[in-house]
Amino acid sequence: MRDLSYAAVMARKNAIMKASMGMDYDTFALSPVAFDYERMMRETGYSLEDVARIQADTKVGNTPLFELTRLTEAVRRTAAPGKGATILVKDEAANASGSFKARRASISAYEARKKGYKGLAAATSGNYGAAVASQAAMRGLKCIILQEVFDSKGIGQPEIVEKSRACEAYGAEVQRLSVGPELFYQLLMTLEETGFFNASLYTPFGIKGVETLGVEIAQQVRARYRKDPDAVVITHAGGGNLTGTARGLLAADCKARIVACSVDLGGLHMASDSDFNRKSFTTGHTGFGVPFATWPDRVDVPRNAARSLRYMDEYQLVTQGEVFYVTELLTKLEGLERGPAGNTSLTAAVTLARQMDRDQIVVVQETEYTGAGKHHNRQLSFARENGIEVRVGDPAGNVPGKTIVLPEHLDQVRGRVQDMDKLRRSYLKNAAKAHPVAAWTEADLAFLASDLKVDAAWVQQASAEL
Amino acid sequence: MIKAGTWVEIERVLLRPDQRAAGLPTDTAATPYLLRLSGFLKADAELGSEVVVTSLIGHEHCGVLRLENPSYAHSFGNTVPELLQIGREV
Repeated sequence: MRDLSYAAVMARKNAIMKASMGMDYDTFALSPVAFDYERMMRETGYSLEDVARIQADTKVGNTPLFELTRLTEAVRRTAAPGKGATILVKDEAANASGSFKARRASISAYEARKKGYKGLAAATSGNYGAAVASQAAMRGLKCIILQEVFDSKGIGQPEIVEKSRACEAYGAEVQRLSVGPELFYQLLMTLEETGFFNASLYTPFGIKGVETLGVEIAQQVRARYRKDPDAVVITHAGGGNLTGTARGLLAADCKARIVACSVDLGGLHMASDSDFNRKSFTTGHTGFGVPFATWPDRVDVPRNAARSLRYMDEYQLVTQGEVFYVTELLTKLEGLERGPAGNTSLTAAVTLARQMDRDQIVVVQETEYTGAGKHHNRQLSFARENGIEVRVGDPAGNVPGKTIVLPEHLDQVRGRVQDMDKLRRSYLKNAAKAHPVAAWTEADLAFLASDLKVDAAWVQQASAEL
Repeated sequence: MIKAGTWVEIERVLLRPDQRAAGLPTDTAATPYLLRLSGFLKADAELGSEVVVTSLIGHEHCGVLRLENPSYAHSFGNTVPELLQIGREV
């Protein structure tokens, strides 16, 4: 009889992971912190062309790139003379299941089928669940999605309730769970019981799948504007969207500035039952974005293929109220009703476009579908039902979990910048916990420098100051 | 009595408060870790009884019978008038 206690299941983690992915992470390890990242990505065995072909078979990729002409004009009216870059958006809602996450799920589903697994399992409360379920359906695989849905009063976050519905619509078994990080425990139990493939968000397969998004952006912008985009803004949570897109841009030899953006939810605890329904965003927020940037290996696989600081040039923060305002503007000015994920980076793009020159181009690299539960009207009314004050005014008045302030005018959409060096130092502190600084070798320093997009001298100096 | 074959929702305690992960915020640590799942009822049963259901992929799960014909009632919510004003000012 298997021991199903929390401690016993967690202790079997590595064996369960190995069996559920047919992949041994130990072969890439160089030390407790360093590993051969590029070899791990290469040894998936999928080239960019393979990925594009596999994705085309399951209704993924080649999504439209739209110029947001009226929004760009509106931003220019709030900008200094000569300023106001053109804003483009990649309409990823056009993928099967309605988000870029279909790219991320597609290679896992293909790999699982190829290796003879009977099904896929994934722990995710976001669009990724629907993406895995949709890809599994097309590949004739069974699918189990585990979601953190409801608090101790039994109240589900409306956006996640919608994800439960979508997953069931695609034929998946949905395990709806209460608030807590034990989602991972239940995933391990499920993988062990079923022998299914672990379609984790953080495998090399997941990240390879997103690379086509970066390549398409480079190709589409070049074809239409005869130049490269100057900046690409990416909503950031776990880091896979940013990592995959940036890798794709680099593969296409595009040197656009990589800008991360998250909704600022500072002050709310992600594992708190009472804070759970006081958030109006279920992802794309700092509650994931900061911890995952500063320690990527906190995930459900031994080495995370999503390593955002390796590619990030800048990190913008926006308030919940600013995103809701820009979501409404996208609808009214551009005739596009889209969900929160892409509209988070769109909000940062407004700020960036205002600072950039008129002849420059900023790309918002995703949209997602919206509808019942996900819609910004539902999130705002849900916030009111949960005692959050919703009002119009200066977005500086936003307090996560207490007050949402919708700007009065586009001019007030300003966001703010996160200190990159502070994030990098925080990453080094976490690395030092995994492997003491005194034991760091040249190989460790080289890995850390690459992982932080700095040189070894910076790592050495910063680690001396820890 | 709910008939076998009916689409239902069950609930099961996966971890009691004393079995949960260490380091949780106190509010979360005080509550059990719960699973809710929908499936087809295996045998006739009353609400509140221990039952077995078969999920959409044919896997069996046990738990306490919670709802008959569970449905999704999420919506667009009550109108937030502040949103209706947005767009005229730009």
